Amino acid sequence: MMSTTETIAPRQAADELAPPLSVRQLGWRRFRRHKLAVAGLIILMVLIAYSFGGALFVSEKYANYNDLNQALQPPSATHPFGTDTIGRDIFARTIYGGQISLFIGLTAVIIETGLGILVGALAGYYGGRLDNLLMRFTEAMIIIPQLFLLIVMAKFFGGQVPNFTIFGRTYSGSLVVIIVIIGITSWMYLARIVRAEFLSVKEREFILAAHAMGTSTRQVIFAHILPSCMAAIIVSATLSVANAILAEAYISFLGMGVQPPTATWGNMLERAYSYIDKGVPWLWFFPAMLILLTVLSINFVGDGMRDALDPHSRTV
Amino acid sequence: MIQYIFRRLLQGLPLLFIISLVLFVLMDNIGDPLATMGGRSVTRAADRQRLSRQLGLDQPILVRYVYWLIGNDWAKVDLDGDGVAETPGTRRGVLRGDFGTSLVVRGKPAIDVIAERIPNTLLLMVAAEVVIIAGALFMGIYSALHQYSFIDHAVTTISFIFYSMPIFFIALVSIYIFAVNFKAWGLPSLPANGMFDPTVGKTPAQVFLHMILPVVSIALISFAGYSRYIRSTMLEVQSQDYIRTAKSKGLGQRQILFGHALKNASLPIVTVVGLDLPLLLAGAVVTERIFAWPGMGRLFLDHVERVDVAVVMGILMITAVAVVVFQIITDIVYAWLDPRIRLK
Amino acid sequence: MTTLLEVTDLRTRFHTPEGTIFAVNGVSFSLAEGETLAVVGESGCGKSVTMMSLLGLIPIPPGEIVSGCALFHETDLLKSTEATMEHVRGREIGMIFQDPMTSLNPVLTIGQQLTEATIKHLGLSHAQATARAQELMEAVGISDPAKRLSDYPHQFSGGMRQRVMIAMALACSPSVLIADEPTTALDVTIQAQIVELVIKLREQLGMAVIWITHDLGVVAGIADRVAVMYAGFIVEEAHVDDLYEAARHPYTRALIAALPRADQRRGQARLKSIPGAPPSLYALPPGCPFAPRCEWVVDRCWAENPTLQPAATQHQVACWVDTTQEAGQ
Repeated sequence: MMSTTETIAPRQAADELAPPLSVRQLGWRRFRRHKLAVAGLIILMVLIAYSFGGALFVSEKYANYNDLNQALQPPSATHPFGTDTIGRDIFARTIYGGQISLFIGLTAVIIETGLGILVGALAGYYGGRLDNLLMRFTEAMIIIPQLFLLIVMAKFFGGQVPNFTIFGRTYSGSLVVIIVIIGITSWMYLARIVRAEFLSVKEREFILAAHAMGTSTRQVIFAHILPSCMAAIIVSATLSVANAILAEAYISFLGMGVQPPTATWGNMLERAYSYIDKGVPWLWFFPAMLILLTVLSINFVGDGMRDALDPHSRTV
Repeated sequence: MIQYIFRRLLQGLPLLFIISLVLFVLMDNIGDPLATMGGRSVTRAADRQRLSRQLGLDQPILVRYVYWLIGNDWAKVDLDGDGVAETPGTRRGVLRGDFGTSLVVRGKPAIDVIAERIPNTLLLMVAAEVVIIAGALFMGIYSALHQYSFIDHAVTTISFIFYSMPIFFIALVSIYIFAVNFKAWGLPSLPANGMFDPTVGKTPAQVFLHMILPVVSIALISFAGYSRYIRSTMLEVQSQDYIRTAKSKGLGQRQILFGHALKNASLPIVTVVGLDLPLLLAGAVVTERIFAWPGMGRLFLDHVERVDVAVVMGILMITAVAVVVFQIITDIVYAWLDPRIRLK
Repeated sequence: MTTLLEVTDLRTRFHTPEGTIFAVNGVSFSLAEGETLAVVGESGCGKSVTMMSLLGLIPIPPGEIVSGCALFHETDLLKSTEATMEHVRGREIGMIFQDPMTSLNPVLTIGQQLTEATIKHLGLSHAQATARAQELMEAVGISDPAKRLSDYPHQFSGGMRQRVMIAMALACSPSVLIADEPTTALDVTIQAQIVELVIKLREQLGMAVIWITHDLGVVAGIADRVAVMYAGFIVEEAHVDDLYEAARHPYTRALIAALPRADQRRGQARLKSIPGAPPSLYALPPGCPFAPRCEWVVDRCWAENPTLQPAATQHQVACWVDTTQEAGQ
């Protein structure tokens, strides 16, 4: 449209005349310009350092050490975040809880992304009845609120996985359960995105050319179509980590998530609400704040990534 | 138009069947309802068997699904365990409104148990939705008129923060400030427990007071999500060519905003509002737990814990139906509002 | 003839994160009552931005009208308040845009969009405005106007929509109509119809017209005078006949030479194109912006940017070289 190049978006006209930048250069420039995204990245780094680096200074034993005489102490020099209902140091617990919460976020998203790509690719590539069936199923899963599904599945699988020990640390079996059920209740949105990409790319000429040259189906999918979905997948996966962390927080808050002996930010809040009358805000404030900061910073980063990698927006 | 409605309804039906089947299979494996019945555990084998037959738990799963769906009053059930089915069943099936009998509230039809609580949840959700829409509209218009202003940026950032907040954080903070601390500081405080004060009784005033904190919590979270979308929709609409045309005709800013821009922006907003229902319900679960609000969300939690299949399935199915119906309504409203679709 | 519009040294820039875009760089022209001025140039040369600047339709951040004066009936449009501009727009100066598909609001009826301006500017009642809208629809050649007033834009074809746009712009009988590439997005046959329509309306209503286009073919049929723009400057301005017969600026000459001619035998000559590309608008070149592509370029062209100077009667050129001196042109 010629008149608009001169009026609302004169950049686009000038864009054609400026020296071309590679897609990656364009992406990094836009990401960097998105100051919030950079801020988010920094906060995220700090939180990761807090949870994983903090473990170097505070032992897990200390985090689990409880002394009823010290219960419900407000924040002080010895206990920067105060103590909980059975006298455990909240600061230490948030460090170890953070490790688990972040870990859950990451691994649940891996499962979810794998499932989403699988379903989306199959539906988009083969079309027809398979597509129909898969999409009905996807829709069905979207219709039921995720939290409801999580609650039901947590009950379903609860207690079926025993505690296990890795590298000398014992984890509750519910950890695995929660990761899996978050993964299997979140893949639907990505599946739809991937399917849409496949549907549109499938008909493009370079795909027809690849077929004509005898490229195998598998190669067409992996080498040709999937790369064009990469941007959308990365953005979706990033934002999903935030949702996974929130989902874990919700389900653990309701008491059906990760069980002792494993601590997460979510289950630290579990009984907090019943103590609200006692005016002990440090009990829930710190874990909740940490969740908020994590989710916020991931959202900032995801937003920035979306701006940077979105192939549809031409402005630099 | 009528055709469109009809088609959408037809599309929704198979979906609901799939959902019900999946959920039923899931629920079936959850646990042993016999173990937690009424708080007592059933120990004698004979009793267990009898109970199991009574509840129809001894049938294969597909049979149980069919009975659940269309009842068993047309078939005979073997109650005394002699291998001969002699007693006619008593259930009419979901399709006729019978979700079975609650295992927790002994003998009471599940549908009644649920129906008692639905109005309470609806109250919260409708109120929250009204607050959200009003707030979002206000925000959209404000940001459209005052783009780049400090308040615009501030509100954008704040809503981003709220959007990233788990709902229980907002709920706990608001309880802490408005309920606990206000009371401690001698200010009139907002109640944070239940639907009304038992000593005062279930008056509209009481319910209203008790609704404030939970509704605000739910609304804040959703509103944050909407506000960014509304803001970006308004901005996008404002950069459209037809707005430029309107301006070139000499129309004033207000007239352009309300007469042209808002009408177009309302289309995507209607979509977002309509599809928000599942999220509202999820928020309701946690909020009802925190505020001890006697709604469907809390019911769900309690009955999943006790593996009361009838009630849980009832709630899930009602939720699914509500979501599907709402989607259809949203589609229809959208088609009605957009003349390009309405007048094909 | 009285001068309706007198624009002097208009400069408009856009401030983007990548730099400043120098879109309009000192444009001056005038428009007399009832006159039709065509503004010609390739996309990106600033013709649309110039007109939008006059009407205050440029988004002000990132846009900025750095300097200039646009006298319309003794009022400087560039320094007027928004209230004054609202009065001018639609009532005194009407404008139509390039893409009728997106320039009409899809969720309002044509009737609503046609009556808005007359209700506001002329104080008509709803009934009066509707009657007038019907008249306008007839005037632009839309059949069954009464019924079509309650139709929506998507129910009209592209050519019809452009007619509606014209009706909208002329609703309050303005003294100037600015047409920003109105036929570019339409089929060739429809183009001709729209041009015919504007000519007819011009005769009936006597308004002055500014017709922006990149198509020299259209210009010949409708314009009295032509201004040729390049890189935000007016490089030549003349009577339409003069321009075609005796263009002086190298750019204009190249444009005219590039027109395929009906009397050229196939295979006889190649279509002449102008080598190179327009300059980046991120910086003002010190010399003439056309220098890199000019056949007649001399040293002075690189150092100094020529301003518009009279070259013949009612014919101005911005060039250091007198291209008529070349033999065989």
